[in-house]
Amino acid sequence: MPRHLLGLRELSRPEIEDLLDAAQGFVDREGRGTGLRGTTVASLFYEPSTRTELSFDLAARRLGAQMLRCDIDHSSVRKGESLLDTAKTIEALGVDALVIRHPASGVPWLVARHVACAVINAGDGMQEHPTQGLVDLLTVRQRLGRIADLKITIVGDVRHSRVARSAAWGFSKLGAQVTFVGPQTLLPRDCRALPTYCTTSPEEGLDGADVVMALRMQLERQAGGDVPSLAEYTNRYGVTERIMARTAPDAIVMHPGPINAGIELSDDVACGPRSVIHQQVTNGVYVRMATLSWVLETASPQSTAESPPLDGDRIPQPVLAYSGTSHLTGKTG
Amino acid sequence: MGLLIRNGTVLDPSTRVQRRADMLIIDENVAAIEGSIAPQRGVDVIDATGLLVAPGLVDMHVHLRDPGQTHKEDIASGTLAAVRGGFTTVACMPNSAPPIDHPTVVEYVKSRAGAASCRVFPIAAITKGQAGKELVPIAALAAAGAVALSDDGVSVADAGLLRRAMSYATMFDLPVIEHCEDLTLSAGGVMHEGSWSTVLGLRGIPAVSEEAIVARDLLLAEETGARLHIAHVSTAGSVRLIRDAKGRGVRVTAEVTPHHLVLTDEAVQGFDVNVKMNPPLRSADDVDAMREALIYGTIDAIATDHAPHAPEEKSVEFDAAPFGVVGLETALSVVWTALVQTGLLSPVQMLQKMSAAPATILNIPGGRLRVGEAADLVLIDPDRRWTVDPSTFVSKSRNTPFEGWTLTGKAVMTIVGGEIKHNELMAEKAGLGTRD
Repeated sequence: MPRHLLGLRELSRPEIEDLLDAAQGFVDREGRGTGLRGTTVASLFYEPSTRTELSFDLAARRLGAQMLRCDIDHSSVRKGESLLDTAKTIEALGVDALVIRHPASGVPWLVARHVACAVINAGDGMQEHPTQGLVDLLTVRQRLGRIADLKITIVGDVRHSRVARSAAWGFSKLGAQVTFVGPQTLLPRDCRALPTYCTTSPEEGLDGADVVMALRMQLERQAGGDVPSLAEYTNRYGVTERIMARTAPDAIVMHPGPINAGIELSDDVACGPRSVIHQQVTNGVYVRMATLSWVLETASPQSTAESPPLDGDRIPQPVLAYSGTSHLTGKTG
Repeated sequence: MGLLIRNGTVLDPSTRVQRRADMLIIDENVAAIEGSIAPQRGVDVIDATGLLVAPGLVDMHVHLRDPGQTHKEDIASGTLAAVRGGFTTVACMPNSAPPIDHPTVVEYVKSRAGAASCRVFPIAAITKGQAGKELVPIAALAAAGAVALSDDGVSVADAGLLRRAMSYATMFDLPVIEHCEDLTLSAGGVMHEGSWSTVLGLRGIPAVSEEAIVARDLLLAEETGARLHIAHVSTAGSVRLIRDAKGRGVRVTAEVTPHHLVLTDEAVQGFDVNVKMNPPLRSADDVDAMREALIYGTIDAIATDHAPHAPEEKSVEFDAAPFGVVGLETALSVVWTALVQTGLLSPVQMLQKMSAAPATILNIPGGRLRVGEAADLVLIDPDRRWTVDPSTFVSKSRNTPFEGWTLTGKAVMTIVGGEIKHNELMAEKAGLGTRD
């Protein structure tokens, strides 16, 4: 029974740490391994990707797996073939793991209910991008030596960001404090739903931050007009050297990529000594090697194919006190 | 030809009377309701010991998909599902293909209804094609037999047009049924906007998208004197607006679905499309407000908004799935289990909400038991437990949020015009030799 990696919200702290340790192991071995020889991994990306898709491809092949990349634009999807039919067709070709990215939240859960192979979420709508979350965690741990008690500040279009959500779950489960910064119209509708603190003030949010993560303005997900103009956004929330002066002395700057040049980050910050953006990309391959190994190599009796459990143990309690968390403890209306 | 229903507890929501009695049905009508009626020749005996004998349920909000979308449901299968759920009358919404925006389509529905399992009353559209631009021929539709007007599926976005429709409809005393939703506020939403939509990364439908139009429609109804009926109320804010309007004498009535009385947005975890409907499942506070509104009368009726979709249409990602769930075969049991068994509603109150009030609002027969009137009845076994298995539904569609639920209280026999249309009683109890 294969495991799935669908989201960080449903993983426990030990599981996340195991994945990070495994990824670090691949870093130390310079990416060598043969654990997946004889297996086939397929990627099914309904949204564009450079980093994620290429790093899964490299990761699979470095571990000895065969890699199958489905080119959606030239597939029968253009003839109207449904998502489930496409996934089941690929599975029927003889695939051990399916890496899927889709603009609709929840797709990996839907696919996991209908295929027998392992499913990895490479980004579902606005909900989660768990391997990116692991990349971010690993990068911080490498640069700052720890995660607990760090102040992590995420700036930008949080409302539409799956990267922000995965980071919120991952960092808070490992003991960090997460703060979201952005204009009111780009912060989550209900900030109490996530284990984060929200503020519209970049000064407050970046004050003493150990990690500043800038997010891409998700123009393709905004209804249009969430902010009056990109210039307005950049003037107030663009991460520049001036605002970075407020952060902790060893603070690092991250971005999941791709970057809208000059908008979320000024060029000097993006290329400066605090930036770990290239390290994130490099770590991407190792994290995906660890992920593929985790879902395939070690067949665990407990599958994560079910919907996220409702018991309070697996959902992190908020680090900063706020009200209204009864909805997280599995009470029904 | 007749039936003698013996030893049941007869409930009449119109008189609030509840008593042990026998009921005699001759041909199509109720012939007698007395403490004890002797068996007669040519009359089959039904032993209703332990059962409630009540007027058949009336569902004023059903999508039969006929004409034009009959892969999802048609009048035959939809009415079969209705009687299985204890309904003897349904009113069907006009968003078929073509929509019920012309007397010929009313005629079609009525002709199909002749062979159906229960009574069917057509609701006509407000605007041609439900496009929100031109009024339908209201007088002709009323004459043809439409019992209400609705563009259900959408609001009439043009307030000036709705005002004219309401004003005109007053001449025929037709209720105007509004699906209240401001599409510029709900834009792209697929579930309630709240903490769960934030966690799940799904676009939300905010409560205000319903309340803004409820407020507008109440003001227009007040000004025109029209009879307004608010379909599928789902938010506490809507309830507050309706309550205030009723207090001012506005002629408004309102309905709520069974699923909005028991499920919250938390159910969307897992992304099962069988919990995707519009209006969406809301918060626990909203569910509490719906129950309270039902008990205190701000909400007059329970209606299922039975919205069948074929299995292949629903087996897609959550964002892409059509909105809607079926409800005819589970409504009575869900309401009985969640509200009657728990003491929030008495059986008589339940029948008011599910039989008498819908009939009164639409000005159609139903909701009471009278000697000389049609024998449209449901026999309810208040103790029967059963588990919802959609593969056994008689509807063409299976999209229910209640799969696997164990419910108490079931319609074990449904009688329409003196004819047994649904029978789950034990054969020996029925005394009819063979079960239907």
